[in-house]
Amino acid sequence: MNKGIYKIESNERIAKNIYKMILSGDTSSITKPGQFINISLEPFFLRRPISVCDYDDNSITIIYKVVGKGTDYMSMLKKGDTLDVLCGLGNGYNVDKSEDKPLVIGGGVGVPPLYNLAKKLIEKGKKPIVLLGFGTKDEVFYEDEFKALGCIVKVSTVDGSYGTKGIVTDILPDKSDYNYFFTCGPLVMMKALSNAIDADGQLSFEERMGCGFGACVGCSIQTKNGIKRICKEGPVLEKGEIIW
Amino acid sequence: MVDTKVNLSGLVLDNPIIPASGTFGFGYEFSELYDINCLGSISLKGTTKEARYGNPTPRIAECTQGMINSVGLQNPGIDKVIGEEIPKLKKCFSKKAIANISGFSIDEYVYCCEKIDKVEEIGIIEVNISCPNVHGGGMSFGSDKNSAAKVTKAVRAVTKKPIYIKLSPNVTDITEIAKACECEGADGLSLINTLVGMRIDLKTKKPVVYNKCGGFSGRAIFPVALAMVYKVYDSVKIPIIGMGGVASAQDVIEMMLAGAQAVQVGAENLVNPYACKDIIDNLPVVMQKYGIKSLSEIVGKAH
Repeated sequence: MNKGIYKIESNERIAKNIYKMILSGDTSSITKPGQFINISLEPFFLRRPISVCDYDDNSITIIYKVVGKGTDYMSMLKKGDTLDVLCGLGNGYNVDKSEDKPLVIGGGVGVPPLYNLAKKLIEKGKKPIVLLGFGTKDEVFYEDEFKALGCIVKVSTVDGSYGTKGIVTDILPDKSDYNYFFTCGPLVMMKALSNAIDADGQLSFEERMGCGFGACVGCSIQTKNGIKRICKEGPVLEKGEIIW
Repeated sequence: MVDTKVNLSGLVLDNPIIPASGTFGFGYEFSELYDINCLGSISLKGTTKEARYGNPTPRIAECTQGMINSVGLQNPGIDKVIGEEIPKLKKCFSKKAIANISGFSIDEYVYCCEKIDKVEEIGIIEVNISCPNVHGGGMSFGSDKNSAAKVTKAVRAVTKKPIYIKLSPNVTDITEIAKACECEGADGLSLINTLVGMRIDLKTKKPVVYNKCGGFSGRAIFPVALAMVYKVYDSVKIPIIGMGGVASAQDVIEMMLAGAQAVQVGAENLVNPYACKDIIDNLPVVMQKYGIKSLSEIVGKAH
């Protein structure tokens, strides 16, 4: 983890209530896909934890949904503004544990951390199939970006306005086409996937956090392997350790 | 050169800054960020006889200039704290730490204090009778002067280490409880613990935290804490560790002027992991600005 001042290079709307922000600054503490950053926003006491969508040597891409006052404030920030950020938080996805044909499944604003994950899986020679679930057509984002990485991408929307009508479990490929899975999204979606998929996998969880770096233990959950802090030992947990 | 040293019941601290219990874990994780030997001391995570998970999540809610937590004393239990956590802290912290003990019965307080009494690395025992997040637990001892006195008397009998009783602000008259603890042999007092608070989520129309209410802390409670330290200082002769919303070197000086001998920094650590270090670095500058040569000389000077 490091704490630093990051400069906003861009901050733009990419779908309904969904914004993409690019920050420049020290990214050396990000070591894995699925980690997050914790952003201090001037009017608010607690920081806002947002997953890292992508990063390189000196920039971080985050994608966030406007759901409350904090993210609404974020959406109004401009290029050139600076943010106090705790960077490189959480454990992230372990791509080395993946089999050769992983499913990468995102629901709504759970999609962003899967982008860098897909990149890393491809770098390791894996062949990810990406399933993206959204509520409606206006909310769909990053389908083309995943395709540009060379992934097979399938999209579902709950109202059927784009892609297949339904939820991500409705677009699961044939069992012979995959042998591992990674997911991030709403709890109900991840639970349904966990039941529907026989293969092992890694799931990224969300919880209300105090600090984001393990000090307050506010986000701890109970697992089969003992108590885990979503911000520190998580947000990514293995399928086998989750108590639903 | 300014003098930042303070004395807590014979334990001399290089400066009055102590991270508050529950906001700094067992200290060692922060040593990855900075050399924690700059701290006056550390108040360790609240410890009970048995290991506890605490309350179900969600257990954090944001407030204006503060936060609510309903963690509920998650900790590995006294044996693991002594056997595993304190040894890990010892590797990166050469000063005496403050143990923070909670219980659900007087026997549990006594059990933990007897065990911690034998731990060399512990300089002070902070006895928490004021956690708002445990049913039928700590809070009931801290909200009544008779039970506060009973806990104090019982732990006093089993340890020679200085005992500081951590008091709740959620009472009619905190000075009555402070006096009861002093009367039964407390060496000092820590105040204040969190205020009972609540937030409701407009989308679900239900309380944000699972437990409905939690402990409200952060910058917003500083004036409340300051007033209570000021009042208690008038009521007792034993030293006070002041806490509640402290976020700057200026706040530390205000707390000491109100009557605090040392100061704990709590919620601020959670939004700025360098908060204690920043305050310690800035303290001499602010002291000079206000013509303060020695911190120990300003204690209670607002009276």
